[in-house]
Amino acid sequence: MGVNQNRKHRGYNFAFLDENTKREIRRKLLKAVAIPGYQVPFASPELPIARGWGTGGLQITMAIIGPGDVLKVIDQGCDGSVNAVNIRKLLVKTTGVATTFDTNAASIIQTRHRIPEEAMRQDQILVLQVPIPEPLRYVEASEAKTREMHGEMDYSRMWVYLYENIVQYGEITIGARYPSLVNRRYLIDPSPIPRWDVPKLNQAETLYLFGAGREKRIYAVPPHTLAEPLEFEDFRFRVEDFTGRSCIRCGATDTYMNEMYDSSSGRKLFVCSDSGYCDRRREQSVTQNLACAEPTGHPLGRVPPKAEALVAPIQERSRSYPTASKEAGALEQVVIEGKEAR
Amino acid sequence: MGYVAVAGGEEAITNAEALVAFYRLKGGSTPVQVRQIREQMRLAVDKVMSEGSLYAPGIAALALKQAEGDGIEASFIVRAYRATQPRRYVSLPVDTRQMRVIRRISGAFQDVPGGQVLGPTRDYTQRLVDFALLGETPELAAGFFKKIGVQTSRSALPDTFPKVIDLLRREGLMAEPGDRDRALSDITREAISFPCNRSAKLQSLARGETGVMMALAYSSMRGFGDIHPYLGELRVGTVPLFINHRAKKHPVYLGPVLVTEAEIISGQYEDDQGIPKLTLGYGLCFGHNELKAIAMGVLDRTMQSQAPQRAPAEDEEFVLYHIDGIESSGFSAHWKLPHYVTFQSTLDRLRRTQKLKEEADTLGREPEPETPGL
Repeated sequence: MGVNQNRKHRGYNFAFLDENTKREIRRKLLKAVAIPGYQVPFASPELPIARGWGTGGLQITMAIIGPGDVLKVIDQGCDGSVNAVNIRKLLVKTTGVATTFDTNAASIIQTRHRIPEEAMRQDQILVLQVPIPEPLRYVEASEAKTREMHGEMDYSRMWVYLYENIVQYGEITIGARYPSLVNRRYLIDPSPIPRWDVPKLNQAETLYLFGAGREKRIYAVPPHTLAEPLEFEDFRFRVEDFTGRSCIRCGATDTYMNEMYDSSSGRKLFVCSDSGYCDRRREQSVTQNLACAEPTGHPLGRVPPKAEALVAPIQERSRSYPTASKEAGALEQVVIEGKEAR
Repeated sequence: MGYVAVAGGEEAITNAEALVAFYRLKGGSTPVQVRQIREQMRLAVDKVMSEGSLYAPGIAALALKQAEGDGIEASFIVRAYRATQPRRYVSLPVDTRQMRVIRRISGAFQDVPGGQVLGPTRDYTQRLVDFALLGETPELAAGFFKKIGVQTSRSALPDTFPKVIDLLRREGLMAEPGDRDRALSDITREAISFPCNRSAKLQSLARGETGVMMALAYSSMRGFGDIHPYLGELRVGTVPLFINHRAKKHPVYLGPVLVTEAEIISGQYEDDQGIPKLTLGYGLCFGHNELKAIAMGVLDRTMQSQAPQRAPAEDEEFVLYHIDGIESSGFSAHWKLPHYVTFQSTLDRLRRTQKLKEEADTLGREPEPETPGL
């Protein structure tokens, strides 16, 4: 209740943008879906959120959201992160839509730097915030030239870059933002998601929309589309290695984790970056029912979602909107547990 | 407990907002009136209107108050507000020959028709701290008004001034921009692409951030590029703005707009017929902002460079993609956002390459690609 029921958006149009601007974005989105991986320029007017802080993703969400949608906003995988809170607040204030922390319950998820751990469905859309939409920026600074290179599908310099990486360091050194070829045609920057998340783009059930507000570009990876990270036959693409690590909150060993230092003990701790998934695992471990939320596993060997997750209608799911204090409480626990573990 | 600090959520945001207001007011002085900012911080307001790309002195002054005087933040507020305003009309072209000038100088000619009019300028003041201002009171201000007289006889000053470059044009010394340059874009409705037409260039420059434009123009003046600019003319004044309205037969007068205009004349260049000519760089911005107008004029000219090796200020992509204060400040500030996920990914790569290097070093040879499939 409370925030969920907030329907007032007086003074501004529904979802802030005027209808003409939304229409333009939708047209550009259709083009982006029709030409997977192609960067479509769009007008990208200024928003009351700073450039570089998610304005591209925000404009896409504003253009596609309807009153019946259930929204989830994450930053670094976390619902409680200040920037996610800020973006969620703006969207709720101007649309009054219901929000959730639960990946399965959301119809639209706007995200920065992560794709949720739980597999998403075909009735869901993931909107990614993009700082630098041009994958060829690694090798070419000029936009005019990179557009030409895309036009000619000339990605040779990118291959050489990867090769030189291997020669110099013995390994491809790109961390996040791993260049991937979509539909065997356009090279994309999948936004700064870790390599861990890149395989989730490939032949997915879900529509992935990418918005770069400052750079004024929109692109898409539609469902059931090839999205292949660049790799050599003898030098494979590899995700981040968390061997031997487990989350101190939920005990997961098969999620993307952030490391942190316990300030009192100086110990290095690991915690799931996907806070919604981590919370769910904790809740379920309390009710001894971990099986229900079987993780998708290693991204390279995806496990399909459980059938019941697909069947359960969105309406029946809880639309909890935990308050900040609750969230802070949960986080407090992290540290306390860390101490206990010591 | 860094993790808690960055994930504080809604309550932290609300408290931060209240703290901002607290810091603005905690000194205990009378709250600044927007009218005071508008009138007495005139140049700051002008800069915000220009960089925010909206001619609205009241809103710009309010934004400055809200932003505690931070010009870029205020411009951002104005720009975001502008984006919500419907665009119903397009103004008719403004002829700056019709400008009601408050200041007008030429650096290229000693004596120009109409004369040099210094107007309100600090150019020839000594930059000494004026301690007398510490004791400024409304009474003192009133006394000042009584004393100040108009030393120039009114009849001697014409309403409008001829343009310096028109003289050069008449003599056949100026190269004219070709017709292919006449296409009109709207950079707020369509992302710019390259090569960029002149209208999109000028629009981008007109709302660029003064400091960065000055730095880029300065780099060219210093020698990164071969532009040797002359200030053909700089004028500050109001121009009348008109629109066509469906219900009216004649153009409708909207009001005066204060602008600064700079015409930069630069070196030799051969026109279409191979005749050596002078070229023009054009600068125009809202309000009284001479540095910006001059920098804009210089950059408009540098971007016309035909040099095979382009200096930064001559590369239109380099200039136009980096002069917007709203975009550059937003992205520069976004590093404050958490980047744990990407940093984790970077660490993963770094540790891996360190390990490979160590292994290679212990073997006493260069790193070698590992066996496939690992």
